[in-house]
Amino acid sequence: MTIAEMEKPNERGLQQVAANERLTFFGLTLPYLLMVTALIVVPVGWLFYLSFIGRDGSFSFENYERMVKSKAYIRIFLTTFKISILTTIICAAIGYPLAYFMSQLSRKWANICMIGVLIPFWTSLLVRTYAWLVLLQKKGLLNNMAIEMGIISEPIKLVHNTTGTLIGMVHIMLPFLILPLYANMRAIDKDTLKAASSLGATPTRAFWTVFFPLSLPGLLAGLLIVFVLCLGFYVTPAILGGGKVIMAAMKISSNIELYFSWGAASALGVVLLVVTGIILFIASKLVSMDQLGNR
Amino acid sequence: MSFLNKNVSETQIRLKNRLWLYILSYLILFLLIVPSLVVIPMSFSASQYLEFPPREWSLRWYENYFFAWKVENGFNDWMQATWTSVKVAILTIFVATPIGTMAAYGLVNSNSRLGKILFPIFISPMMVPVILVAIGLFYFFVQFKLVGSILGLVLGHSLVAMPLVLIIVFSALKNYDMNQEKVARSLGATRFRAFREITLPQIKFSIISASLIAFLTSFDEIIISLFVAGGDNSTITRSMFLALRDQIDPTIAAISTILIVISSGLLIIVQLIGNKENKKD
Repeated sequence: MTIAEMEKPNERGLQQVAANERLTFFGLTLPYLLMVTALIVVPVGWLFYLSFIGRDGSFSFENYERMVKSKAYIRIFLTTFKISILTTIICAAIGYPLAYFMSQLSRKWANICMIGVLIPFWTSLLVRTYAWLVLLQKKGLLNNMAIEMGIISEPIKLVHNTTGTLIGMVHIMLPFLILPLYANMRAIDKDTLKAASSLGATPTRAFWTVFFPLSLPGLLAGLLIVFVLCLGFYVTPAILGGGKVIMAAMKISSNIELYFSWGAASALGVVLLVVTGIILFIASKLVSMDQLGNR
Repeated sequence: MSFLNKNVSETQIRLKNRLWLYILSYLILFLLIVPSLVVIPMSFSASQYLEFPPREWSLRWYENYFFAWKVENGFNDWMQATWTSVKVAILTIFVATPIGTMAAYGLVNSNSRLGKILFPIFISPMMVPVILVAIGLFYFFVQFKLVGSILGLVLGHSLVAMPLVLIIVFSALKNYDMNQEKVARSLGATRFRAFREITLPQIKFSIISASLIAFLTSFDEIIISLFVAGGDNSTITRSMFLALRDQIDPTIAAISTILIVISSGLLIIVQLIGNKENKKD
């Protein structure tokens, strides 16, 4: 018997142990997998099936046809996209300077500012929405203050419309933009900026040609997260929109609560899921999560 | 005003040239923090109408929350809803934390190919629009008579809390040297014992943070509760949402104040735990 042959049983044994190990680790993930399968995959799959069932109980595309033909549905899609895009743009316009500012501070001060970003992040969504309702309504804080200071004579309608919805949503979405963006900006090598300025770039030019492009992955990640979250948003538009801003999620809910029409609700849900899926897929191709360099 | 000419960045920009950035940033931070806090003075107002600052102070809205057992609208019994929320949130910790931790441990140790397949599936509860999860669960739970039950709520809330637990524990384990377990096992410990005595003490703060976040996620959850809760088991957020849709009851300001205290308290604990864990390294 050669030495090589003698080692073989040993090798086989090791492989057996490795296979057992892999099985153990996979086994540990099973409860999680089971939960997700039972509570997301199966129910959502069932909704997918329901979306192809017409009013008479047979297979049909009527739920999807309605979405293309009905003016009400088209308006809902337009509203959903309009609110989502506006919220995303405003978040970027407000969040970018703040994230940039924080990335320039020392770690200690940046962490203190970070508390300012995290407090709203962990405050209940309902509390924040309610607070905006208090601030923005006709006899609310802002209107009263503006009248007392003589800026306006009549209260302005700030809530129960698109304006109110946008204000509330931007406030709620801002942390989702700032967190990945800030992590990305922190990871940018500051020496690149020194190099740019030693080569004669003005601060403005150094920012636009060096810093800004390097911050794009974080910005993009933030934008996509905010946009996707906006698409499925329910609570804030329901309260601050006052019934005038109807987004997809609210239509899904009213389809079930008021009309018991599971087919219509499911079809809208499937469209929402597919759009979300496509955006997240693009996002995962554009930015890998490790690239955000939060560690 | 010499400090205005101080260099404040690598590109030798002077403070006065970017004073606007400082002012703008502090303004944004102000707008992020202060609006939520406005509910605190409102909750101590004696008036039924929202005036700021309140002309008279009182605790009537807190009394209303703690002692008014039946509000006229019929659907809210604040205290009972609060207990339901607390019960569900505590049970969610005990479901989401072990399941999430086990999965994180499994994922960290398994080969990257399996991880690449499983990870997106595992964070799907965060990615799928919540409204879809909610109506899916509603439909599913109707078949098993789980609508309006504590169990249904715990399952639904655990589903959304698990990805957060997974991510927190996963990143803690990533920074942890698994070879320490190998050492323990080569000295004769079983895998479970090696985990319990070597790994667990070193990642315990992350697990505690994760469970607090699971608690808060469940406590603040609205949409799943809207569909799955019902009957005697309404949650506090569900009752608040239903009340808010109709009118502005200052009792909600009192409840909001309590919620702000709870969530900032938990956030501070999580941050302190984080500092402790970081200091160790």
